[in-house]
Amino acid sequence: MGYDCVVCAKQVPDTKNITGQAMKDDGTVNRAALPAVFNPEDLHALETALDIRDRFGGTVTVITMGLPKACQVLRDALYRGADRAILITDRRAAGSDTLATSYILSTAIRKLAPDIVLCGRQAIDGDTAQTGPQIAEKLDFTLISYLEELQALEDQTIRVKRNVGNGWEVVEARLPVLLTVMNTANTPRPSGAKRIMRFKKAKAPAEVAGEVAAQMPQAGKPEQAAETKNRCDALAAKGLLIDQWDLSTIEADLAWCGLAGSPTKVHRIQAIVLAGGQYRQFQPTDESVGELVGELIRDHTIG
Amino acid sequence: MPNFFTDNEDIQFLFNHMNLKHLAGVCEEGFKFHGEHDFAPENAEDAVDNYRRILETLGELCAEVIAPSSTDTDRTGNVLNEDGTVTYAPGIKNALDRLSQAQLMGFTLPYRYGGLNCPQLVYTMSNDIVSRADASLMNIYGLQGIAETINAFADDRIKADYLPPMAQGKWTGAMVLTEPDAGSDLQSVKVRAYQDEGGNWYVQGVKRFITNGCGEVLLVLARTEPEIADGRGLSLLLVERGPKVKVRRLEEKLGIHGSPTCELFFDDAPAKLIGERQRGLITYVMSLMNGARIGIASQSLGIAEAAFRLARNYAHSRRQFGGPIEELPAVRELLVNMRTDIQAARALTYFATYCVDIEIGVVRKLESGATLDPTAAKQLKNDSRKYKRFNSMLTPMSKYWASEMCMRVSNDSVAVLGGSGYMKDYAAERHLRDARITTIYEGTSQLQVLAAVRGVMAGTALTVLDELLTRDWPPEIAPVAEQVREGQKLLARAMEFIKAQNSTEYMDLCGRRLVDMAINLIVAALFCDHATASPAKKALLHRWLSVRLPEARMNYETITSGNRLVLEEFAALAGPVPALD
Ligand SMILES: Cc1cc2nc3c(=O)[nH]c(=O)nc-3n(C[C@H](O)[C@H](O)[C@@H](O)COP(=O)(O)OP(=O)(O)OC[C@H]3O[C@@H](n4cnc5c(N)ncnc54)[C@H](O)[C@@H]3O)c2cc1C
Ligand SMILES: Cc1cc2nc3c(=O)[nH]c(=O)nc-3n(C[C@H](O)[C@H](O)[C@H](O)COP(=O)(O)OP(=O)(O)OC[C@H]3O[C@@H](n4cnc5c(N)ncnc54)[C@H](O)[C@@H]3O)c2cc1C
Repeated sequence: MGYDCVVCAKQVPDTKNITGQAMKDDGTVNRAALPAVFNPEDLHALETALDIRDRFGGTVTVITMGLPKACQVLRDALYRGADRAILITDRRAAGSDTLATSYILSTAIRKLAPDIVLCGRQAIDGDTAQTGPQIAEKLDFTLISYLEELQALEDQTIRVKRNVGNGWEVVEARLPVLLTVMNTANTPRPSGAKRIMRFKKAKAPAEVAGEVAAQMPQAGKPEQAAETKNRCDALAAKGLLIDQWDLSTIEADLAWCGLAGSPTKVHRIQAIVLAGGQYRQFQPTDESVGELVGELIRDHTIG
Repeated sequence: MPNFFTDNEDIQFLFNHMNLKHLAGVCEEGFKFHGEHDFAPENAEDAVDNYRRILETLGELCAEVIAPSSTDTDRTGNVLNEDGTVTYAPGIKNALDRLSQAQLMGFTLPYRYGGLNCPQLVYTMSNDIVSRADASLMNIYGLQGIAETINAFADDRIKADYLPPMAQGKWTGAMVLTEPDAGSDLQSVKVRAYQDEGGNWYVQGVKRFITNGCGEVLLVLARTEPEIADGRGLSLLLVERGPKVKVRRLEEKLGIHGSPTCELFFDDAPAKLIGERQRGLITYVMSLMNGARIGIASQSLGIAEAAFRLARNYAHSRRQFGGPIEELPAVRELLVNMRTDIQAARALTYFATYCVDIEIGVVRKLESGATLDPTAAKQLKNDSRKYKRFNSMLTPMSKYWASEMCMRVSNDSVAVLGGSGYMKDYAAERHLRDARITTIYEGTSQLQVLAAVRGVMAGTALTVLDELLTRDWPPEIAPVAEQVREGQKLLARAMEFIKAQNSTEYMDLCGRRLVDMAINLIVAALFCDHATASPAKKALLHRWLSVRLPEARMNYETITSGNRLVLEEFAALAGPVPALD
């Protein structure tokens, strides 16, 4: 028994701890000033998956699409208890919008044939919250977004409480499903000390290649490749080689990937500075609060 | 992300400055475990990198999960249920679950039992960090010494049965010594242990004030030799929680509300003997208590750290007389004293723990049965004796000084917050209540001084100072080190004076002053060393000497006055015994 889960995790710039200039003068994100972190809601998706495995058995595989440095989130997932981690990296995927990203991720997920796919509700950089739903569509999995509580999982049926903003909905669906998980769903478990001690050495081939290139700059390409292979074999023997897939491995149609597969055109980016304007004070009396609520209803802020 | 390890400059400094690589070599026994266990480190860098990562994980957990629930835990406390079980406060339960998930409940246990095989020093750092988040949680988290004691003295069967679940955090322990008539004086323990015809052990009697007495693994000090009235009649037994062990009562306390303090009734409870009979108090409990004393010293550091940070922050934002109160000299001095004393206590406690790690390593080598060449064997034996002497003085010194410091600092934290400090709206009052226990359990301050003063009088403090001060100092430190040398001479003269009195009573009367002198100087010597590595520590060194050298001279003067009024005129000075209504 048990359920095979795939968690999609994204490495994002840490917008909570901004050091230095977060924006460049041209209005684009200055990634150097922002440390890269595990997209916060993806940690909750991972926790839901680990919880499913702990309670019902099965496996948890974490995939990320990004540059080799995104392996940091994969290692983090391994520290917290994931069974397997896969990096999807390919130059040809650069510039993917949500359509292309979800196409690539869905192609990879199809190879893994899971029972349940889990995404964060939303990434804190791109912020579209579209990737999960689009993956579900492409895989033809039932989509259950805004998971706040996994209420039951029995045989091939799942019951989930979803937060729809002004209330909750309890839905039941047959597997396979794709869940998008809210940050109110759970508290992600901490990394395990022993898993840190073991998996801190886990690397993907692309990282090993980068390391070899930095350490043996004079060596020729074939020599570097041979050394990379040696090191990867050694890591694999210890179960520390992070799987690395590219678009060919997952047999993706290149027309759907990267810039070619991304119809989104960013027309203009506008920096909006919210300045403090007028404000009114309300006294903490029933009367005054009533007045405030009335006003908010009248201008349709609430209600 | 907030993190109680990475945001603590002093712990960071000591982590980088102290020779953790050396300790890693000692603990990893030549890195022989790598290969046996896929997570064991390959070399010293790898091991120290592990320590850092482990403390980072803990620091994050403490800042993000544990500290935010500490006020609630203080208000809620634990509940003794009708069926005799104890329900932890929700914050404590959650914290323990998280610490188990983080695989941190077997910090120093060997890998083969599921532990992390970390040095005591790293464990001490972890206790410091945990206590800042929630002092009362440390009382349970910090009971890992129970498992260490089982590991050190129990037979293999008991170790295999009990250590893995303890390392996983499934089971927690308790140290069951105190009885109504046996507190500081553990030699008078009455709880009885006996064997039936089959040789099975049972424990009978009442213990009180037992932290986490509701835990699964109880190490009980009991009298196995009814004919021997003193400590040599006591043995250590393991009793598992069960129907024959009843939690009769949870104490209502001033502080550490998250820590359940139990009265236990052992109703002929089945038990297992740890190690050999009669060595319960003199060997096993002494070892357990030494670890626990370092534990309380580090708990004191954490509480003081939390109290200081609150005060430092408040003094910055609170305005009176047209400016922030941190600009007022009196407030400044409070803050400076707080931070100086925290660093002093941390330097002393970490140094003591470092020496404990060295001693453990040396003893392990000696007992390993490996054939050593005669010079190496002799060196090891000398080291073993030397560090044993160091530790039997430095451990009670750390417990005494750190816990007294903790009371001062948490008290001054309330002072800085003024009226707000007295209110429940701020954590200052909780820190003060939590702090108050640290000078009491694991031996009161008076008992720590009693132990430490014997080490000082035997010359150990002078030896420690020689070791710390004999080296080539950089020119800017050399004159300061010379001042500490002068202080050392004063200490030697005070010791001579006490010896000449030829009276244990006078020695105990002067105990605290003499131990204070020794601590002032040992910390000064440690600060000299730290100052070689950090400009901030240079200012600290100068501040320390400017206050503590005059104090040492004052203590010298009082000791060498020979004044015995406290003893001779007790009745007149303490007055008659008043009736209490
Ligand atoms: C400022 C900015 C604006 C953008 N605007 C648009 C836009 O308007 N339209 C558009 O199509 N694209 C846009 N993009 C690109 C888009 O962010 C990314 O291309 C896309 O990969 C992920 O979309 P998202 O970040 O919105 O993720 P979301 O859809 O918010 O992410 C939801 C979940 O999907 C999963 N996921 C997302 N990306 C990955 C990944 N790489 N690997 C694994 N799991 C993943 C995670 O579980 C995540 O929690 C923008 C990017 C930026 C930085
Ligand atoms: C919250 C809490 C938790 C505890 N947890 C545990 C636990 O887990 N396990 C356990 O076994 N015990 C525990 N204890 C008991 C604790 O260790 C004792 O309370 C402590 O050792 C002091 O013993 P006592 O209370 O009997 O005081 P007493 O021994 O009666 O001491 C009273 C006073 O006399 C002084 N005094 C006594 N003897 C001397 C001496 N020779 N020289 C100078 N002064 C002396 C003491 O310093 C103190 O000031 C706990 C106590 C508390 C309050």
